[in-house]
Amino acid sequence: MDQAALLAVLLTIVTASTPLLLAALGELVTERAGVLNLGVEGMMVMGAVAGFAVALTTGSPYLGIVASALAGALLAVPFGVLTLNLVANQVATGLALTLLGLGLSGLIGERFVGQPGVRLTKLHIPGLSDIPFVGPIVFGQDVLVYLSLVLAVAVSWLIFRSRAGLILRAVGDNHASAHALGYSVIRVRWAAVLFGGALAGLGGGYLSLAYTPQWIENMTAGRGWIALALVVFSSWLPGRLVIGAYLFGAVTILGFFVQGLGVGVPAQLLSSLPYIVTIAALVVISTRRGRARADTPACLGQPFVPDR
Amino acid sequence: MSGSETAGAAAATGATGTAEFLVEARGIVKRFGTFTANDHVDLAIRPGEIHALLGENGAGKSTLVKMLYGSLQPTAGRIFWKGEPVVVTDPGRARDFGIGMVFQHFSLFEALTVTENIALALSNVADTGALATRIATVSKDYGLPLESRATVADLSVGERQRIEIVRCLLQEPKLLIMDEPTAVLTPQEADQLFLTLERLASEGCAVLYISHRLEEVKRLCHAATILRHGKVVAEVDPKQETAASLARLMVGADIHAIRPKHARIAGPTRLLVDRLDLPANGPFAVALDQVSLELRAGEILAIAGVAGNGQSELFDALSGERPVSRSGAVAIEGTACGHLGVAARRELGAAFVPEERLGHGAVPAFRLSENVVLTRDTIFTDAMRRLLGFLDFARADATAARVSTAYDVRKGKPDPEARSLSGGNLQKFVVGRELDRKPQVLVVNQPTWGVDAGAAALIRQALVDLAADGAGVLVISQDLDEIFEIADRVAVISRGHLSPGYDAHVMTLEKVGLLMGGAHGGSEAIEGALKLREADGRAY
Repeated sequence: MDQAALLAVLLTIVTASTPLLLAALGELVTERAGVLNLGVEGMMVMGAVAGFAVALTTGSPYLGIVASALAGALLAVPFGVLTLNLVANQVATGLALTLLGLGLSGLIGERFVGQPGVRLTKLHIPGLSDIPFVGPIVFGQDVLVYLSLVLAVAVSWLIFRSRAGLILRAVGDNHASAHALGYSVIRVRWAAVLFGGALAGLGGGYLSLAYTPQWIENMTAGRGWIALALVVFSSWLPGRLVIGAYLFGAVTILGFFVQGLGVGVPAQLLSSLPYIVTIAALVVISTRRGRARADTPACLGQPFVPDR
Repeated sequence: MSGSETAGAAAATGATGTAEFLVEARGIVKRFGTFTANDHVDLAIRPGEIHALLGENGAGKSTLVKMLYGSLQPTAGRIFWKGEPVVVTDPGRARDFGIGMVFQHFSLFEALTVTENIALALSNVADTGALATRIATVSKDYGLPLESRATVADLSVGERQRIEIVRCLLQEPKLLIMDEPTAVLTPQEADQLFLTLERLASEGCAVLYISHRLEEVKRLCHAATILRHGKVVAEVDPKQETAASLARLMVGADIHAIRPKHARIAGPTRLLVDRLDLPANGPFAVALDQVSLELRAGEILAIAGVAGNGQSELFDALSGERPVSRSGAVAIEGTACGHLGVAARRELGAAFVPEERLGHGAVPAFRLSENVVLTRDTIFTDAMRRLLGFLDFARADATAARVSTAYDVRKGKPDPEARSLSGGNLQKFVVGRELDRKPQVLVVNQPTWGVDAGAAALIRQALVDLAADGAGVLVISQDLDEIFEIADRVAVISRGHLSPGYDAHVMTLEKVGLLMGGAHGGSEAIEGALKLREADGRAY
């Protein structure tokens, strides 16, 4: 493989991993608060269509980014009302949310199908971005790639170092105790659900603004489910989530690349490889004893009804 | 017996506050649906007073206390703080007033560290390093040792309670509510706690003290309010009362003393543990080191010790929850079964009652009859249905009903979910379910934790009767009064080591305390143990 081809592969890996990382980070925060939102796929695809539509009509991909986050958060609102205020079943509501998002985005996006989109440009820092090989990878990405990594660090800091994060973990671990101590379980969970929705929307927006700047119905193609799985396999730890998301992205892209070279490996095996490798890798890093239990939010998926 | 016996007299003072009292509850009524948990309850506490709140399980103590702490709102009645009418909207508001509470069912977060748990209850934590120092200072000051970096999930019941107490002390409360604080402490630790409470009281802090231990209430408390069926039945000066008269007020009837077995039968060996080793299964867990014991037919062997010294590990190894590779390490009725699981050991004639009744001893969301199915063979007896594995729920229902009647399990409907029972009632059910099988070996961990005096007497009597019928009974307990009431022999567990078993009539509280002291290390404990061995040549 020559250097140009290697560079192309590495750059594609980054763009393939970023939407997963964004959506999974949001879900990680939601689940840390004890809420299981299976509607990630729906919120992502809404983010994708909203980002694409706004960028196309205004001509600004940055307004598109904002719109995608807002759209994801907006779709999370009915989920919050149903599961937090009306104590509906989280699993069923989340599944309905995905169906709603897929249908609604198809309806909204009907007139955008086939239209050329607005691409989120990559940054160019004179000098630094021109360094051979390293420059384009480290200093020449688009703004959402950097944002996703900054968010990973920020979420990690928030969860483990800040008081807000301590309250978030407390609510996810034992909502009855958190309530007894005087914390508003519902308010904390609302914040987490909205944050999760916004980040899922951003992840979707990345698909229609940077990964493949166009609108195709159902264009998330199951990435929301992969994000959900990554959260569990990373044991709700942001650091491992970054590893998991990039590993998944890398193996997917390498699979395509190998297929392109015409190596005699069945395509089905290659397309299942990212799942196998990601699961294997995350299982291996999670086997350290003792920690796994402590990092699993004990109240995950349980509805909270305060004392009378 | 002194003191006013009527609730009406106190209620007649009307709904106004008096500055003389720190906190007053007047005419408090709390209804849950049609059930009245508190019926015109009056309670008044002066600054610097240690005030006992007494009553059986289900008398309405917890409900009353939750209203003072703001986690429940009264249906009727007023609360006054320093003479002013107030509405305690939520626990945060209660903490603003200066009300701290140590919960009976701990309000801790298992996945978080000790420091994090404490930080959550304090509103002004700038940095956790400084908080860890404050925790260390307070815990040392009040004799409540804590490892601030430990995760709560890895800690024992006793250690968890210390976190709650330290957490309250750090809030510098004006009123401290303590729900059964000494249930899991050694006598020495309890003494230390009493000194702490007396010191707090002398500093002007009022204490509302809920306990089932009447001797302790007599010794510590300045006043006592007694609830029965949600009503105040008496306000007394506990120092003027006897434990028996207090118990009579609580229960409304006399509590029977345990009928002792006539003579100890030196029967065959029921349970033999031979140099059992068990590695620690977590960074804060205890390893069992060469534990040996012999339990014979007709005797009760009690294992005393401070929480977190290997009791739960020993229970897990005996019950088969954690089998060991060497099968000879545990033998039930002469059959080596160290490698076998719980069900196989049950088939050998053993029964087990774990410490946590909800989630371990019983499935919270299951009905009582379904919980019977879990530890009992309730498959149909005829060959056809037995082969297909159909469960005979009629038989399970009958067993649940029989246990409920025999052990006085009070419940709202015929076959309620386990979690809807109060702690004491569920404990009676879980113990009763195992005793109903007439086991040859019974291993029970903390048989009467959080259970009121009447129910505790019932459970202890059942254990004594089981031993009298020829079973071997192993009781793991932190309640020394209980141990001395029922045990034939006493052994002490400390840091995963088990002392030899000593005849109960030559053991004293002081000797047990010294052996327990091994938990805190040092030559003192070993010396104590040696002295004990010299003093008692009859140790097994």
